[in-house]
Amino acid sequence: MTPRTPHAAPADLAEGRRSRPESPVHRVVPAEAATLAAARGARRRRERRIAIVLAAALLVVAALSLSVGSYSVAVPDLLRTLAGQGTGAENFIVLTLRLPRLVLGLLTGIAFALSGALFQTVLRNPLASPDIVGVTGGASAAAVLGMLVLGFGSLATAFAAFGGAILVATIIYLLAWRGRGGGTSGVAGYRFVLIGVGVAFMVQGLLGYLLSRAELRNAQDALTWLVGSVSGAAWPEIAVVAVGLAVLLPIVRMLAPRLRALQLGDDLATSLGVGAERNRLGLLAVAVALAALATAMVGPLAFVAFVSAPIARRLVGTGGLGLVPSALVGALIVSGADFAAQHLLPGGLQLPAGVVTGAIGAPYLLWLLATGAAGGSGSSRDSTEGTR
Amino acid sequence: MARNGPLTDVSGKNSVELVQGRKLGRTQHPSTQLTAPTARTTSLRTVALGLGYDGVPIVTDLDLEIAVGRITVIVGANASGKSTLLRGLARLLAPQSGVVLLDGIDITKIPGKRVATALGLLPQQPLAPEGITVGELVGRGRHPHQGWFRGTTAADDAIVADALVRTGTLDLAARRLEELSGGQRQRVWIAMALAQDTDILLLDEPTSFLDVAHQIEVLDLLLELNRTRGTTIVMVLHDLNLAARYADEMLVMRSGGIIAAGPPAKTLTVDVVRSAFGLDALVIPDPVCGSPLVVPIGRFHPAPTPASAILGKANLS
Repeated sequence: MTPRTPHAAPADLAEGRRSRPESPVHRVVPAEAATLAAARGARRRRERRIAIVLAAALLVVAALSLSVGSYSVAVPDLLRTLAGQGTGAENFIVLTLRLPRLVLGLLTGIAFALSGALFQTVLRNPLASPDIVGVTGGASAAAVLGMLVLGFGSLATAFAAFGGAILVATIIYLLAWRGRGGGTSGVAGYRFVLIGVGVAFMVQGLLGYLLSRAELRNAQDALTWLVGSVSGAAWPEIAVVAVGLAVLLPIVRMLAPRLRALQLGDDLATSLGVGAERNRLGLLAVAVALAALATAMVGPLAFVAFVSAPIARRLVGTGGLGLVPSALVGALIVSGADFAAQHLLPGGLQLPAGVVTGAIGAPYLLWLLATGAAGGSGSSRDSTEGTR
Repeated sequence: MARNGPLTDVSGKNSVELVQGRKLGRTQHPSTQLTAPTARTTSLRTVALGLGYDGVPIVTDLDLEIAVGRITVIVGANASGKSTLLRGLARLLAPQSGVVLLDGIDITKIPGKRVATALGLLPQQPLAPEGITVGELVGRGRHPHQGWFRGTTAADDAIVADALVRTGTLDLAARRLEELSGGQRQRVWIAMALAQDTDILLLDEPTSFLDVAHQIEVLDLLLELNRTRGTTIVMVLHDLNLAARYADEMLVMRSGGIIAAGPPAKTLTVDVVRSAFGLDALVIPDPVCGSPLVVPIGRFHPAPTPASAILGKANLS
């Protein structure tokens, strides 16, 4: 047989495929195709339904956060205040004290959750989240170094935290890098997690050193920052997070199809035209930026990045990426944790939100380890979500 | 695009003919049954290709032309470089020297997504996200055909449905992958590779971890795809006898080079088996289809002299 165009240009290669659907080589199977489309529609509807339920829950938490407190605001008054018709006291309580706190919690919750979802998916390991592998730890160490040694104010501290997260992530990536085309699929993720956990311990050591040398009062401030809190939120900070998300979220949306290809392993991803190493690096960079942004503003809110995506994917249960539900779960966890820390704990204590998120996340980590879903055991059908 | 190959008719008709085609394939050597259609024309070859890991060369100075529209099976002992060669062809491994040419163009110079519309690979152990359904997984094979903002279209659905029908997995479309048996799973992965709709399909040991019935099922499926769609298939197989039965072209590898290549009947000889595997064996005609059948001898079961003399000579001549 003689090839039609043995030296076709690459452009022809692509065009040849475009015309394939009409070619007789494909049998036309409209009924089956319609069934598939219907099944996909059902999956999407399920994801949308979960998202709506989560959004509704978020609305309830938001209403509670804004109205409950030592000065309670009834829901009609709340709506009036949000519309700009509130009394002086209402304006101060709702718009100045409570709303920034709520909004900052929602935005950083979204950032943490998406960061965790990207980390866990790209590295195919449920333990790979920025708070476990030391990325937020790096932010903490840099922030505390700035606060205690260099005498940074809150803005400089935020920058230091952002830089610390990027620095630590770069170190982990370079240590985990195995050279071009060398490693086998799955190993890179496992290495990244192990090295990350090691780096996290080193960072903890540095933190302990800094705190033990500090004066008591300064150490107290640093510790509060280290727990993570949305209290003291102000609109300029919120604007920074909002702008950061406005840049990063569209990138996440654009990279989602590549993320889906990467879920199938490096070899298959490459075979589907998604260069594994390059895209992993890009996606991790976005994930690190999200985590760094959130940590810089509210501190390392423990476990939000770690638990959000697995919870969301468990709720959706379709094997999809579930990025929107993950973001909503993250927002719900942070705002819910902050509400609980302020109003629900016995003894009238007002604690930072990080105390509550840590209390939620630690049992989940134990459960994950106990049920053996933490992956990395070399199993060929390694779960990307660890929700078994 | 001219797609009037001799088999276009078969693919257009009902499945009975396909079953007959398969039966015929069983009774005679398949390559003598049907001439490969000319529908798919993308060529793949290597020039002075050198491959290796971390600077250690494994495949050196390899010139190879993959037969368009045929089934090529790579065999060889462990660590003979079969998988390395396949990874090199699939551009999973960058050449240390030489080039892989896809339609005459250096494959590393073509954008990945474009390569992915012409060349597909099914790795030995692909990963799947937990909870994914068969339909969704197979749909992901459409990735190279979808743009930044273009989602799944009706044409994608038709191609995915076609892939499911061809692999007999349509009924499984709504099931979760982890619920399926090993053989079903492998068919689903092949369906995904089909949905990618490439001229060339590379498979790394598609039958490992499968029992013998499922091995035959998968290989029959690949043969059928090759004969009906004209897809060029290159696969690594461990089982010499199945390789000989299903291959149009065999490549026998030893220490990173090809020591024999061509139709199985001419390639898989006593000498080649001894040279490639260090194994003394009889090679007799497969009673099912006449392809060479390798019967190992081993240390404790010397073959009866008459049989060895007759059959060994018959095949060597």
